[in-house]
Amino acid sequence: MSSETQKILTTDGIPLEESLKKAERKNKIIAFLLVAPLLLFIIITYVFPIGEMLFRSVDDRMVTNMLPKTFEAMKKWDGKELPQEEVFKAFYLDYKILVDEKRHGKLATQMNYTKNGFKSILKKLARKQKKFEEGNYKEQIMSVHKRWANVEYWRALKRRSPSYTYSKYLKGIDMYENEDGKIVQVPEDRRVHKILWMRTLNIALGVTILCFLMGYPIAHLLATLPMKYSNLLMICVLLPFWTSLLVRTASWMILLQQQGIVNDFFVWIGLVTDDTRPEMMYNKTGTFVAMTQILLPFMVLPLYSVMKTISPSLMRAGKSLGGTPFVAFWKVYFPLTVPGIGAGCLLVFILAIGYYITPALVGGASGSLISNHIAFHMKFTLDWSFASAMGLMLLSGVLLVYWIYNKLVGIDNIKLG
Amino acid sequence: MALPKYTEPHYRIWHYTYLTICGFVFFFLIAPLFVIFPLSFNAEEFLVFSDGMKRLDPDAFSTRWYHDMVYGTKNPWGLAAKNSFIIAIFATMGSILLGTLAALGLSSRHMPYKGIIMATLISPMIVPLIISGVAIFFFMAKVGLAATHTGIILAHIVLGTPFVVITVTATLSGFDHSVTRAAASLGSDPVNTFMKITLPLILPGVISGGLFAFVTSFDEVVVVLFLAGLDNTTIPIQMWTGLREQLSPTILAVATCLIVLSTLILVTAELLRRRSERIRGINR
Repeated sequence: MSSETQKILTTDGIPLEESLKKAERKNKIIAFLLVAPLLLFIIITYVFPIGEMLFRSVDDRMVTNMLPKTFEAMKKWDGKELPQEEVFKAFYLDYKILVDEKRHGKLATQMNYTKNGFKSILKKLARKQKKFEEGNYKEQIMSVHKRWANVEYWRALKRRSPSYTYSKYLKGIDMYENEDGKIVQVPEDRRVHKILWMRTLNIALGVTILCFLMGYPIAHLLATLPMKYSNLLMICVLLPFWTSLLVRTASWMILLQQQGIVNDFFVWIGLVTDDTRPEMMYNKTGTFVAMTQILLPFMVLPLYSVMKTISPSLMRAGKSLGGTPFVAFWKVYFPLTVPGIGAGCLLVFILAIGYYITPALVGGASGSLISNHIAFHMKFTLDWSFASAMGLMLLSGVLLVYWIYNKLVGIDNIKLG
Repeated sequence: MALPKYTEPHYRIWHYTYLTICGFVFFFLIAPLFVIFPLSFNAEEFLVFSDGMKRLDPDAFSTRWYHDMVYGTKNPWGLAAKNSFIIAIFATMGSILLGTLAALGLSSRHMPYKGIIMATLISPMIVPLIISGVAIFFFMAKVGLAATHTGIILAHIVLGTPFVVITVTATLSGFDHSVTRAAASLGSDPVNTFMKITLPLILPGVISGGLFAFVTSFDEVVVVLFLAGLDNTTIPIQMWTGLREQLSPTILAVATCLIVLSTLILVTAELLRRRSERIRGINR
């Protein structure tokens, strides 16, 4: 009994197996071609640019390309004592080109990031180097300023020789590479970024917990009420959901201002007196309150869609088996809502950790988050590589949560509206 | 939900506490929106309820801020509204076109690497806007599309497609594929089948995804802040500037209009959702 004769053939005389495979392949190609335009579009306009951010955040070729001869000469220098004449000569030649092309200002700014005090001695050198004579550049450069005779500055220069650097990432967590090449923390009074990361995490977690505590009861009520009431109450959740973020933030700015309605109410019930109205805006309180209200629908909707599928007879069964309503709720109902809780909490957390608009408007200085810091560096200090590094650190955190979300809930199970 | 007569007192108390808590939360959700409405009719320039308003004195109310919004001198709202609508409409069309095609492909059981591709396509929705803003800004600056309508529209298509992909895939998950096979067996070519059979059935999902894309674009500030030049100012950008600089009641008039718009969108979205649930119900 050979298998050759057993093969089933289609009417064309091709083995069925082959014909099916061909059809399958054709379907695969069609499906892929349908997805391809969007996939290409997203990859070109979105995925590559994020990759470019990664590149930008470690790219340090600017200084490397400005002083090619110097870094070549420095390769042989062990960094213990002042470098030899050849390094000084190479540096003089490189710097002369930069001054002639009027690019030395950029080098001064860059080197001042690495070591304070570099800017002034580079500027001074730019003025003095015009009168330099040939030969013995070491003496001539050192005579410009006494810091040029300090080996620390030459070590700082050598540290900028690699084309790629992770220094921006270190800066983002308040660390730096010191003169000996060790990674250490910056002085305690300058650890601004750590505070910022902790505050962002703190607010994102706090908002998530508040949203859960407020969202769970109302999602339960919406899921158990008869349709005609729940549809009406659902508007309270959906109208804010569809309303512009700026409109909602504006309304919180009106409510929370010192002469605003919330403060009026506090005075009226006697909680505070008229002249001790608390400051509720431009600080952490404002950020907390406004973000909780804005993100609450994102908690309620996934919870609701899960609760809607739980049959009320389960609770009745629990009670009829002798459980008190509380026991029945805790042992039967609550475990069934865990997928919804996971979905809602992760969604709110992901959205909260990258929030920008609301903290920028009602947060003030003490309520601003990582996003605001990134925008600040993009727009004002123009340190784009640092902004990229901070952005990618935030992104890796978000992607971790996204990955957990995908594992637990499945990305195609997101429900909207 | 009335309680049965035999309910014990402490459960009764708990039940009413629970209802009160829910009441507060609903109030917390919806009340802030209603502050804007009366204050936008304030006759004075301050953003607090004047004594006249508290007494319901008709003189304390006026429509001057609406007048200012439409006819005000050097008023930015006309241009902003025009730009916002142009950008949002084109971005929505782009999102619907690309998103629906992709969703059709993703819903096919022959699609290879479904998980990773889906995750990539949805990522603009998950990645913090500030990061998207920075990345898209780098891209648009490089290809020379910064400060153009085209650049902003392309950016908004990136941000809007995930919603279309999600809603259309959800609609297609309840789609009965035997109807397209029936059409094919009756001699219809794939394009004709799509236009006559598939599209009408998934239309509610497509439109509600489109609504999400529209709202995303219409309400988007962060990316536009990076991309917009003076000619591309949009309503959210104007509101953002206004809220940061001088909080004038004109902003509240605009905000009221936006709330009315969002109510209309909400009603449409709800009607569509019910319709698509009905269609899916028949299939079951």
